[in-house]
Amino acid sequence: MYDIPHHTQETAVTDVKIKAKDVQVYYGDNHAIKDVSVEIDNNTVTAFIGPSGCGKSTFLRCLNRMNDTIDICRVEGDILIDGDDIYDKRVDPVQLRAKVGMVFQKPNPFPKSIYDNIAYGPRIHGMARNKAELDDIVERALRRGAIWDEVKDRLQAPGTGLSGGQQQRLCIARAVATEPEVLLMDEPCSALDPIATAQVEELIDELRQNYAVVIVTHSMQQAARVSQKTAFFHLGNLVEYDDTSKIFTNPEDSRTESYITGRIG
Amino acid sequence: MPLLWLFLLVLAIAAGAFVLARTRVLTLSGQDRRSLHSLPIYYGSNAAMKSAVPALLMLVLWLLAQPFYVNKTVSDMIPDSAIVESSSRNLVLAEVRRAADGLDLAVSTGGMTEDEARNMQADISDVTTRLSDAGAILTSEITRPVLRAAQQFRVLNSTGYNIMSVMVLLIAAAGALWGIRETKPDFRARNVVEQGIRALLIAAASIAILTTLGIVLSLVFNTIEFFRLYPASEFFFGTNWAPSFSGRGGASDLGILPLLWGTFYISIVALIVAVPIGLFAAIYLSEYAGPKVRAFAKPMLEVLAGIPTIVYGLFALLTVGPLLVRVFGDDGLGWMQAGTAVMTAGLVMGIMLIPFVSSLSDDIINAVPQSMRDGSYGLGATQSETIRQVVLPAALPGIVGAILLAASRAIGETMIVVLGAGAAARLSLNPFDAMTTVTAKIVSQLTGDSDFASPEALVAFALGMTLFVITLGLNVFALYIVRKYREQYE
Repeated sequence: MYDIPHHTQETAVTDVKIKAKDVQVYYGDNHAIKDVSVEIDNNTVTAFIGPSGCGKSTFLRCLNRMNDTIDICRVEGDILIDGDDIYDKRVDPVQLRAKVGMVFQKPNPFPKSIYDNIAYGPRIHGMARNKAELDDIVERALRRGAIWDEVKDRLQAPGTGLSGGQQQRLCIARAVATEPEVLLMDEPCSALDPIATAQVEELIDELRQNYAVVIVTHSMQQAARVSQKTAFFHLGNLVEYDDTSKIFTNPEDSRTESYITGRIG
Repeated sequence: MPLLWLFLLVLAIAAGAFVLARTRVLTLSGQDRRSLHSLPIYYGSNAAMKSAVPALLMLVLWLLAQPFYVNKTVSDMIPDSAIVESSSRNLVLAEVRRAADGLDLAVSTGGMTEDEARNMQADISDVTTRLSDAGAILTSEITRPVLRAAQQFRVLNSTGYNIMSVMVLLIAAAGALWGIRETKPDFRARNVVEQGIRALLIAAASIAILTTLGIVLSLVFNTIEFFRLYPASEFFFGTNWAPSFSGRGGASDLGILPLLWGTFYISIVALIVAVPIGLFAAIYLSEYAGPKVRAFAKPMLEVLAGIPTIVYGLFALLTVGPLLVRVFGDDGLGWMQAGTAVMTAGLVMGIMLIPFVSSLSDDIINAVPQSMRDGSYGLGATQSETIRQVVLPAALPGIVGAILLAASRAIGETMIVVLGAGAAARLSLNPFDAMTTVTAKIVSQLTGDSDFASPEALVAFALGMTLFVITLGLNVFALYIVRKYREQYE
């Protein structure tokens, strides 16, 4: 059922992009993430799997400090990107988020044209000096989002008028347009049909060339298809973290085995 | 029979029908309640509905129709000769009604027996004194035809009420019987009651719409009457507002332009004050304020909306006006002659409108989905960038709606203008001049003691109609804008 991903062998030589050590997350009195330590490699797709409420999305949101927008949320421990602590007082979370892009569960295009959706990030960060450069960035991002051919004739049409799968690829292109180093994806395919899912998965594999990609997913098939490394979360703990092929064929922890064979969930 | 008693009797019959129908269906069904189509309460309600609704409708229709019939009959009784010079048939009819009321009063206080009150041959002067003794208000000595008419009026009314009572009670009883007879276990009482409820809802909606229509019609007829007396072109394009009241004589200038200009000038000043402050307050409350601040500040802001406008008027007259005079008056910059000015009224009206703008905008901003904000933050946007470029554009249609609603309020506002802006109709660009608005002038035209049929009084209706058309246009425009943006964003 779980094929060994055909690209496993490519992961041999990689360097560590994100290093998390003893991360604790509290929502008020609720201890949501307990002692999670993980090293995420560059140019690799890392999948977070686990049952609902296990903390995988919460941990993902720690990586670009999106949890800062929630008042009652408190994060302890160290998270380093390229060796720099992102929870250091000198780090501006806004700058960090430009470096660590994020794609959400539900496609959330802004109520603007397709062009303006993509140009939003580059405009904010002053990445283009003139219109021609901006046009160029937009085209490149849309091409990388594998949606250019579908929208090139209607860049001024509202982004909300696209289909669900197109919207999600637009959101991925929007995240790519700011040229992040890490791309976080929180169940990016859960609102999509199988065809759109296949397109997005193909896209994720291509994005690996340039970024470290971290994807949260409920679908174990998807984790097996797109990722090279998989982390299994359960009740706020990181139970097991290893090569995807190992997790799905020969897990060490009995909980992991129970989960991937469908006995707990 | 007094109306209240009749009403209560009908309700009692309906209640009886309810109990009987419910009992009947329970007996018919025996032990097996599940053989009933509806719950027992529906059978009862059906019978009660069928007895009360037609009876009460009959009651209302009769009460509406009877005065017309009685007036018509009595009016025919009065010969033209009885109508004294310089008075009209209507005035004589009013006299008849007063005499009839007097007779009622006299009978009820015991000053007269019922037979005496009905006596056609009664001595007129005797009747007059007895009526006065009983405390009835009479303008002059009653004439023979008036007394006759008054007596007839009483007779007609009392027979009318008696027939009505009998009819209404009969209908109620017949309805109750019908409803009870219908009550069988397989009768679909629930559906019938649902239909009845639907009819009730439709009636409520129609009353709201018909009332609006009635208001418009009452304005329209008086407006047409006004334009018969005063040329429309001078009304709409006249730049001078100088009504002369009947005592002084002379022709009036009734040009609407100075009033419209005052209305718009004051409204614009008010909106310039209210829109930025209200909108910024809404943004702060919905995006930046913590739950504690919000729980405290939002109700505080909404208290502003609860202040009566006359209090705002006093604030304008006693505080804001003198304050402005001190700065812009002769001692200061010399632009302002008195405390009453466009600026005074506009500022205070703006303060009044802040809660409208802020409260509505706050709700609309809160309705923008969190996923939009997350998307923007995820791209490395700051909070203010997110608000300016994502949240506000998404909320724009609603905010425009809120602003136009505030504009309608500003245009319709009266008390603040009366106390804050003065009463001088004037076309001027200086915001420190006294001006006045359409609404304030409607008040002053109708509260004077001028003849109601004169153009000086009737102009109020034309002003009201113009104002109505303007606010209607504003609302249509608001809907258009909202719909246009919504198409783009959804």
